[in-house]
Amino acid sequence: MLEHIKIIYHQGKQFIPNIRTAQVPGIFRGRPVISRAMVNERELQDMCPLHAIGSDPVSIDLGKCSFCGLCAREHPDKIKFTTDYKMAVNERESLIIKEGDDQSLKINPETVRKEVRRLFGQSLKMRQVSAGGDNSCEWELTAANNVQFDMGRFGIDFVASPRHADGIVITGPITENMAEPLQICYDATPDPKIIVLVGTDAISGGIFTDSPALDRSFLNKYPVDLYIPGNPAHPLTIINGLLDLTRKKTS
Amino acid sequence: MMNATINNNQAIPLSQIPEISYDRFFELNTGLITGSTERHCVSYFGYPEGEKIKLICCIADDQSHLIQVSSCVVGRSDDLESMTVRNLCFERFEREIHENFGVSFPGHPWLKPVRYPHDRFDRSQTISNYPFYSIDSDELHEVGVGPIHAGVIEPGHFRFICNGEQILHLEIQLGYQHRGIESLLLRKKRLPERVAIAESITGDTVVGHTLAFSYLWESLCGYQPPGEVENLRTIALELERIAIHTGDLSAACADVAYQLGNAVFGRLRTPIINFFQEWGGNRLAKGLIRPGCNPFPFTQSLADRLLTVLEAYEPDFNEMRIELFKMPSALSRFERTGILSNENALSIGAVGMAARSSGLNRDIRTSHPNSLYERLQHEPIIKHHGDVYSRLQIRKQEVGQSIQYLRNLISQSPVFENKPESLGSPKPDSFVLSLVEGWRGEICHCAVTDLKGDLLHYKVKDPSFHNWMALALAVRNNEISDFPICNKSYNLSYCGHDL
Repeated sequence: MLEHIKIIYHQGKQFIPNIRTAQVPGIFRGRPVISRAMVNERELQDMCPLHAIGSDPVSIDLGKCSFCGLCAREHPDKIKFTTDYKMAVNERESLIIKEGDDQSLKINPETVRKEVRRLFGQSLKMRQVSAGGDNSCEWELTAANNVQFDMGRFGIDFVASPRHADGIVITGPITENMAEPLQICYDATPDPKIIVLVGTDAISGGIFTDSPALDRSFLNKYPVDLYIPGNPAHPLTIINGLLDLTRKKTS
Repeated sequence: MMNATINNNQAIPLSQIPEISYDRFFELNTGLITGSTERHCVSYFGYPEGEKIKLICCIADDQSHLIQVSSCVVGRSDDLESMTVRNLCFERFEREIHENFGVSFPGHPWLKPVRYPHDRFDRSQTISNYPFYSIDSDELHEVGVGPIHAGVIEPGHFRFICNGEQILHLEIQLGYQHRGIESLLLRKKRLPERVAIAESITGDTVVGHTLAFSYLWESLCGYQPPGEVENLRTIALELERIAIHTGDLSAACADVAYQLGNAVFGRLRTPIINFFQEWGGNRLAKGLIRPGCNPFPFTQSLADRLLTVLEAYEPDFNEMRIELFKMPSALSRFERTGILSNENALSIGAVGMAARSSGLNRDIRTSHPNSLYERLQHEPIIKHHGDVYSRLQIRKQEVGQSIQYLRNLISQSPVFENKPESLGSPKPDSFVLSLVEGWRGEICHCAVTDLKGDLLHYKVKDPSFHNWMALALAVRNNEISDFPICNKSYNLSYCGHDL
């Protein structure tokens, strides 16, 4: 017992007091900023292994970007990745960052379904489905619940059964072999329910976009409530995204 | 000559691997394995060559540090004598060849689908009608778990046959995670795309798989990475080992309802992966390692920072591990639970940590060393009981060992010189194999190039490919309530297996 108290004492305070304003250490690659510097746009587009860079005006689609930072290393005057981790949005088009854009990405409250904030504003229980996820986003979702990020303090948790869930969190590009289990899980979740996509692979298919082993037809059938980009998504991106979606007060 | 003999990361012309008849191929490879505990099959795969299938088998010898590569060409409708009948370690490899090309292996005890790939030979087989083994009895019952599990983990289906609380048999059905990695590696022609795929093979072994890909590609191009790159790669690989072992100790504590251990080990993982972020901008080291270049140099200030991180980490880790490993209520759950005998580990060809916990000395860092492991004079940590306790002991001790290696590597860090070097292009008509000891065990990547130097075939093998069978055997005669802790003690990869 005394040993336990000693260990607890030695840990000090581990939790992040304010999840909204926490700073990430080091050179985290979050929301990019694209300057108006002149570059060879064609070369820039071709460089991106995930074809996330668009032209006229130059843009980066965070739903496709793997955040590898290659473009920023090759063209430091044109593209910079900031440490802004608040990147979750509820409209797919908002993930496309254009030349000159330098505001934080925000949830559009107009398009959040009314029942989401009314029903899930105090408590949100989610069923996670990995559908071809490479276990990196899964690690980060687990980390969001550890003693440091402590998502549970906001009443947001992952539950074991879809019957207990208010929605599903999908990671991975949705493989053909997982399409049916995903559908069964969604059908088993009681209405009203939300769909959250976590990570580049889930949002666009990522590097697997044109793989014949995928079946993404599930996403054509239902509206997506939240897109959380990243490769993998950072726990702070995940928690802030879920809070922004479900809470009326977003400060 | 029956076969070619190569070292780890050595590219040879394809013509140096003689094509022999299947009978001789069979005798050669089963002969190499039978009665030789120092040899095991690291990869055995097929690829189409016109109408036929070319089979390549690679047997690694841990004593001579050499790899024996042999090949033969067979027809798609041939009936081939099953090597599994002689050596169980070929079991999953033969199933894979059968699933991909329809080649039949009469006598194989268990010729079932492996992962239902999109380009499988028989598309009428679907993942929802997998032929499970069952026993007809009033005494027994079946328990099905998955594909979606209770926790935040990847999908896979476990089918238990139980007598009361006791597990008689477990069959593990995988394939849900199949994303077509191998065929995508061929279709995407540019190197940055291919590295991005290699990084996504398993997100918990980013360094391991990216290193295997990088060494393979560099060998194909005849490129020797400079000393400082070797240094930082070894640092990254050992950091990944510390991070995941710590996370798994946390999860093991959760499975025996030991809250404090779960919380403390869980939070100790954070400074290690946050260091990856400070170094390369990503907590799981994505983007850190690239073949032929070094996007994130390991600078002196990073070295100092890592020493500070380790200094803070080590006393907290040691305090917690001492407490955990003397707590009777935790030990009674770990000891004699989920035993994999040495005999079984050997016969199924277990690798990595799973093999070492059953007294089998298998560690690429000593047997086929790459990077700087020769200089570090790595000594594998071996345990003999094969139970959950042994596997957790290995994790605990490997963390300590890796910290020592990191201090050693940092103190002898060569000065970084930023000189751009060109990687060159891959050699045509060649074969190359790359082995890396990731935290789970031996990762093996093989590639064959065509006459223009483009990839003709790429084969990825995660250690989980061998070790899922270890889990299925280890849980026999255990209580079904001990399954989670057995599973977590191995922590095998679903996506690494399913590709």
